[in-house]
Amino acid sequence: MNKVLIPTPLRPFTDKQEAVEVEGATVGDALGQLTTKYEGLKKHLYSEEGKLRSFVNVYLNDEDIRYLQREATPLKDGDTLSIIPSVAGGRG
Amino acid sequence: MTTTPGTLPSLDADEIKRYSRHLIMPEMGMDGQRRLKAGSVLCVGAGGLGSPAAMYLAAAGVGTIGIVDYDVVDFSNLQRQIIHGTPDVGRSKLASAKDRLTAINPHVNIQTYETALSSENALKLFEPYDVILDGTDNFPTRYLTNDACVLLGKPNAYGSIFRFEGQASVFGAKDGPCYRCLYPEPPPPGLVPSCAEGGVLGVLPGIIGVIQATESIKLLTGIGEPLVGRFLIYDALKMRFRELKLRKDPECPVCGAHPTVTELIDYEQFCGLRPEPAVPAAAAVESSDLAITPLELKRRLDAGDKLVILDVREPQEYQINRIPGSVLIPLGEVPRRYAELDTDVEIIAQCKMGQRSAKAADFLRTVGFNVKNLSGGILAWIDQVDPSQPKY
Repeated sequence: MNKVLIPTPLRPFTDKQEAVEVEGATVGDALGQLTTKYEGLKKHLYSEEGKLRSFVNVYLNDEDIRYLQREATPLKDGDTLSIIPSVAGGRG
Repeated sequence: MTTTPGTLPSLDADEIKRYSRHLIMPEMGMDGQRRLKAGSVLCVGAGGLGSPAAMYLAAAGVGTIGIVDYDVVDFSNLQRQIIHGTPDVGRSKLASAKDRLTAINPHVNIQTYETALSSENALKLFEPYDVILDGTDNFPTRYLTNDACVLLGKPNAYGSIFRFEGQASVFGAKDGPCYRCLYPEPPPPGLVPSCAEGGVLGVLPGIIGVIQATESIKLLTGIGEPLVGRFLIYDALKMRFRELKLRKDPECPVCGAHPTVTELIDYEQFCGLRPEPAVPAAAAVESSDLAITPLELKRRLDAGDKLVILDVREPQEYQINRIPGSVLIPLGEVPRRYAELDTDVEIIAQCKMGQRSAKAADFLRTVGFNVKNLSGGILAWIDQVDPSQPKY
């Protein structure tokens, strides 16, 4: 099993859950399961062409998947995926 | 930051007494304190993050603290912007901040800039400072601050907050990654809510702003390991810090090997916020066709028209105020709950200020509903129709 940590701004699309359990051989599998389970997340993570959006960062444990094998990166049991969205708040 | 001890300013007897708890630590000592006195930090924003950061920087003895802001203090700021107090409501944030910082430490030189940071003024404002502390609240200014720091070769003590979560890093340091290495592009407008829409725990900017101040002090004195190439994420509810690796992207458009951004650009446009010239006309169409004013809604309710007022805010907002008889379905739940609504009845979508309900109205029209958006949301309703209700 693998855990995907859901950041606060995306929790409205996962029934307010902060972590979702998935099982996949690769990062792409796991995210596919996540967005199948929570349909509303899809447009936040993927573009119309089905590519991961550039303002969404996906980390496998503490490493950016862009510097691993992106969505083809294999997953081990117990690995944690994190979605790291851009957040701008601070001055107001 | 590279000043040699010989050219550093000296400390007088009052300063030595004031900074004694710094001076007795071997990592800091007289040299470190003199480096702080020689140093300068520009706080972009005197709000949630800038407030605690500037207060600690002043107390620590940073020689020059600049602040860029153009707002006035509002009651809703006081839950987190601790540099301002209740008597400051209605004053300029800069005047209020300067008074408070001078009261904390009169040895510090406070420079204030009453302006919105822009592509025209950013390089000139940043130029005299050693460290830039990004305490802004929107994507265009975040990208502007990043790019100006990279172009000038200045480190950016970055912090950002949302509800119970904060992020911090140091961008733009020599050989370190920048904000664009992490986020090459901004999210489309409206996808990520602001603190004004999403709320924020009052102490959260305290934690993150003080991390930014800590990093600024480390950069000025050269002690410790700066938060370069690391991205710190803080979850106040779990009370957990996580650290992610951040790499310099060789393809980065601003700090990469072959930059395509070599001067400041139009950041509103970059973030998709620049209104098209046709928008005023489109807005006029909306006001007549797809939108309804609070007074018109009141008139139609009084006339007994059959309408459903759909409130798409969150339940906790609905507890504060509401239009009598409205139905609550939060925006995030509309796509799977719209079947609860009757397609034969006209719907008036409503939120706090009209932006979320416009999204709900767009969606509901695609699935066959007749929907109008309440212009200005419940705040306009309270102003124009029912002043007995509280505003937030």
